[in-house]
Amino acid sequence: MKVLEDVGRGTVDVFSYAGGVAELLADAVRFILRLRIRVRETMDQAYLLGVQSWTIVLLTSLFTGMVFSLESAVQAVQYGVGNLVGGAVSFSAARELGPMLSAVVVAGRTGAAIAAELGSMVVTEQIEALQSLGLSPTRMLVVPRLVALVIMLPLLTIFADIVSIVGGMWVANIYAHISTESFITSARSVLPFGDVLKGLVKSLVFGVIIAIIGAYQGLQTRGGAAGVGKATTGAVVTSIILIFIFNFLLSYLLYGNS
Amino acid sequence: MGVYAHLDDVCVRYGEKIVMQNLTLDIVEGAITCIIGLSGAGKSTILRLLNGLKKPDSGRVIVKDQDITEMRERDLIELRRSIGFAFQFSALFDSLTIGENVALPLREHTKMSDAEIRKLVAATLDSVGLAHVEARYPAELSGGMVKRAGFARAVVTSPQAVLYDEPTTGLDPIITHVLTDTIVNLRERLNGTAVVVSHDLESIYIMADYIAMLFEGAIVAYGTVDEIRRSPNPIVQQFLQGSEVGPIPI
Repeated sequence: MKVLEDVGRGTVDVFSYAGGVAELLADAVRFILRLRIRVRETMDQAYLLGVQSWTIVLLTSLFTGMVFSLESAVQAVQYGVGNLVGGAVSFSAARELGPMLSAVVVAGRTGAAIAAELGSMVVTEQIEALQSLGLSPTRMLVVPRLVALVIMLPLLTIFADIVSIVGGMWVANIYAHISTESFITSARSVLPFGDVLKGLVKSLVFGVIIAIIGAYQGLQTRGGAAGVGKATTGAVVTSIILIFIFNFLLSYLLYGNS
Repeated sequence: MGVYAHLDDVCVRYGEKIVMQNLTLDIVEGAITCIIGLSGAGKSTILRLLNGLKKPDSGRVIVKDQDITEMRERDLIELRRSIGFAFQFSALFDSLTIGENVALPLREHTKMSDAEIRKLVAATLDSVGLAHVEARYPAELSGGMVKRAGFARAVVTSPQAVLYDEPTTGLDPIITHVLTDTIVNLRERLNGTAVVVSHDLESIYIMADYIAMLFEGAIVAYGTVDEIRRSPNPIVQQFLQGSEVGPIPI
């Protein structure tokens, strides 16, 4: 009986969480559609959440692109298909590495920051203070972060795409003596522009996930400093899991037939 | 004087814990009502019920003849604009300066120009004894100054009522006296209603028009300062005297 009880309670919790997140997202979207966006706050958040993430995105994308090229280029040359390395690296960068890597890295850095900031505001009564002033925490806090991430994550993804391809190209040239021209020609022949755009669609969805999960976890914080820590961890773990799930779903929907 | 707000047979629970049970209380319009009681008795919950931040599990909350118990969030936002709330730890926004904190409700709810807002913010800060701190951040001020900045933010829109949650807790006697005077002065300036939750009996005796004592989820005594001080209720007397002996379990 206890197992059944636990399963039942767990199911209720999952649906309650999903309902809460959906409600928060719907509330935020309503404000966005009515153009009730605080521009200055959104720009500040774009800088804090997006621009300040460029270093970490640069490093992770560069080294991942380099590793991918390192492991594929030498073997490709041995099999006489070195001219395909550029295509392989850019194909994987635009479809998977760029959107996924930048989303996971930003979820770790920014999702945690959103949850921690809003969680601290809950425990210090700042959220109640906003409500008591007749202001909506969704409009004041969630919408700027959501809009900022929806704009900045695709930009970071473009940056990650370029950096990983350049890193891969450099390694392919050094270790497998694949010329830059050959690499670029291969990349252009294999990678349609539409795939780059589809990668950006993914990153847009990931941006929504990171912002909303971070905000929801933060706003649900209970119990002081320990609660803030729990909310922060929960935001990162949940965002990353959802990013992987949605990556599969979006890949299926966007690239299912290609 | 009329009734500003009325809690009618209100029950509130947090999980398994019953905080209020069939609590009924009138808040007199234009007066300062102080709510006293043990820590954790639910005094702050009364303030949250009055501006709709908390909904009762049963019973009704009437504010200015409006039943807010089932009011939609959109309508509650309108109501809250007419009620200032000074939080226990001030709840100023860390990322904003004191001036920006106080100006926030004006920027969001009025069409005042920047110059008008700056002037009103300066005047309001001055009225709580805080001149020339607009550019400073909350972390740069002392506890008493932060409390007063919280008062300024609560009253800058000239609300009909102001709710104060433990305004003098943890402050030295001089600042406590200053804050008590500030509450009285603000009530007179706004010509409105004030509800103060506090443990500080000396301040309460100075500022209160009415005192309500909350014990075990209900109001066990209500009256003017003199009536409460002379109350024959042993619970009230034990609380006022701070005695360990009496019906209140330690």
